[in-house]
Amino acid sequence: MRMTQGTFSFLPDLSDAQIAAQVQYCLDQGWAVSIEFTDDPHPRNTYWEMWENPMFDVADAKAVIDELAKAREAVGDRYIRLSGFDASHGWESIRLSFIVNRPADEPGLHITRENGPGRTIRYTTRAYAADRPAGRRYA
Amino acid sequence: MDTTAKTVRGRDRYKAGVLEYRKMGYWEPDYVPKDTDIIACFRVSPQDGVDPIEASAAVAGESSTATWTVVWTDRLTACEKYRGKCYRVDPVPNAEGQYFAYIAYDLDLFEPGSIANLTASIIGNVFGFKPLKALRLEDMRLPVAYLKTFQGPATGIVVERERLDKFGRPLLGATVKPKLGLSGRNYGRVVYEALKGGLDFTKDDENINSQPFMHWRDRFLYCMEAVNKAEAETGEVKGTYLNVTAATMEDMYERAEFAKELGSVIIMIDLVIGYTAIQSMANWARRNDMILHLHRAGHGTYTRQKTHGVSFRVIAKWMRLAGVDHIHAGTVVGKLEGDPATTRGYYDICRETHNPLQLEHGIFFDQDWASLNKVMPVASGGIHAGQMHQLLQHLGEDVVLQFGGGTIGHPMGIAAGATANRVALEAMILARNEGRDYINEGPDILQDAARTCQPLQQALDVWKDVTFDYTSTDTPDFVPTATAAE
Repeated sequence: MRMTQGTFSFLPDLSDAQIAAQVQYCLDQGWAVSIEFTDDPHPRNTYWEMWENPMFDVADAKAVIDELAKAREAVGDRYIRLSGFDASHGWESIRLSFIVNRPADEPGLHITRENGPGRTIRYTTRAYAADRPAGRRYA
Repeated sequence: MDTTAKTVRGRDRYKAGVLEYRKMGYWEPDYVPKDTDIIACFRVSPQDGVDPIEASAAVAGESSTATWTVVWTDRLTACEKYRGKCYRVDPVPNAEGQYFAYIAYDLDLFEPGSIANLTASIIGNVFGFKPLKALRLEDMRLPVAYLKTFQGPATGIVVERERLDKFGRPLLGATVKPKLGLSGRNYGRVVYEALKGGLDFTKDDENINSQPFMHWRDRFLYCMEAVNKAEAETGEVKGTYLNVTAATMEDMYERAEFAKELGSVIIMIDLVIGYTAIQSMANWARRNDMILHLHRAGHGTYTRQKTHGVSFRVIAKWMRLAGVDHIHAGTVVGKLEGDPATTRGYYDICRETHNPLQLEHGIFFDQDWASLNKVMPVASGGIHAGQMHQLLQHLGEDVVLQFGGGTIGHPMGIAAGATANRVALEAMILARNEGRDYINEGPDILQDAARTCQPLQQALDVWKDVTFDYTSTDTPDFVPTATAAE
């Protein structure tokens, strides 16, 4: 299963040159780029781990790509995403977010159904990988 | 056109009998609107022989304090404050017998936070007034003091994106087809396939409520099975607009509560439920963390013809105040009415924090939206993957692109149709961000993306020649004029 969160998940995995072009686009808009990683691909797992703080004062995509290389070395067995953050008034949130690294094998998510009253069902979604301890899920 | 002020003052003004509207204080060419005034721009078509100033003054009068004859009870009020004041009348360019009348209304004429009250005055009796052949409300300037009496969109574009965890691209949706007749179980199948294939949303159509072939609870239950299963299949947040439109508020609240209980992120309503019901549902949506989708069912009856009715840009403004999160606002390239410049005006009204006066987009006033949330426009009706570059060019990034036929009608099936749309979209965003000339290179970008996506190739083959190239009826009256470079 290919987890399709993020903007370019339906395209073939981006090359480093393609990633750099998207990063440069973010920087040119005045957005800060941040690197985050996780080993829990649940769709409502909002807070991925931060790979240091967002890079606020960077002008050249190369700095981000270098940092991404370090992140890949340390946590390359997990999902890594890049986000462009726009601090301007009226937005003050993410403008672009896309996955740049994913586990070699993505077993996907399990769904359980619990019967409720009146034919209602309570659904619980859980990543198969989450059955293992954090940090060792895709190793 | 005699534009001089003719207002009669003192005891002569209140002598029993009939007095022209322009003499009663409804034509005040020297009036300077206050920052707190509500201003309306009407397109007035007087009956033959009726003076345009008098006709415009009559509109001001009949939409505020006046009746057909002088009444002495005006003198028990601060009547000069309460009179709607027409202060400007311009002939419409290239349209003989039509005039733009600008009318200012004091804020105290209106109940705070009530679209029903605003519209009862502004589009009330006056639209049937005999001395006019036709009347159209073109635009309104809503002062910040008035905006602040409304909740505004329950969720807004930014928080909607945060909740869905989807950024940097238009959202994708599809309306389940056929519109009518599917059972709940079969309906949910369409929802599941479309969401699994790559869409973010599916949608009930405007007339799917609770009919003999599918009652609402059945639809909600099967749809939520489809949504949850698709979330597990993709790892993404998914939604389906559960239409809670019903005969009474009690029914709508019941349906909305059930949608909430089932964990839906979004519900929908139709414009035909009325302004008060829309505001009630917007308040409910804010209280219950629900995105509120509005289908503009019925608007074409009064927005489409240029001489009579209400412009959709005004409806869009009212709906931003009323508090909906999504509103259908046109596609430009699809099967439904929508001139590019006029549609651009609608989108700006939904999404910007400030609209500058821009006559070539049909925007007659500067409009400051204070910090009212933004409304996500929805483009739906006769669009397909092969138009992706044009859709991005005309509609931008903060929009829901809804491919109903363009998903469900795909030769390889619904999921393949959804995938084709998603791949086309992501390829176009990637190219745009890389700085490519995506508007001109659009067809090439799509062809390249189709090399690794057979469903996209098939979509391009099937629909490559489909366009809806008809002349729009609702177009701007002003064209941009060349100005010297600074």
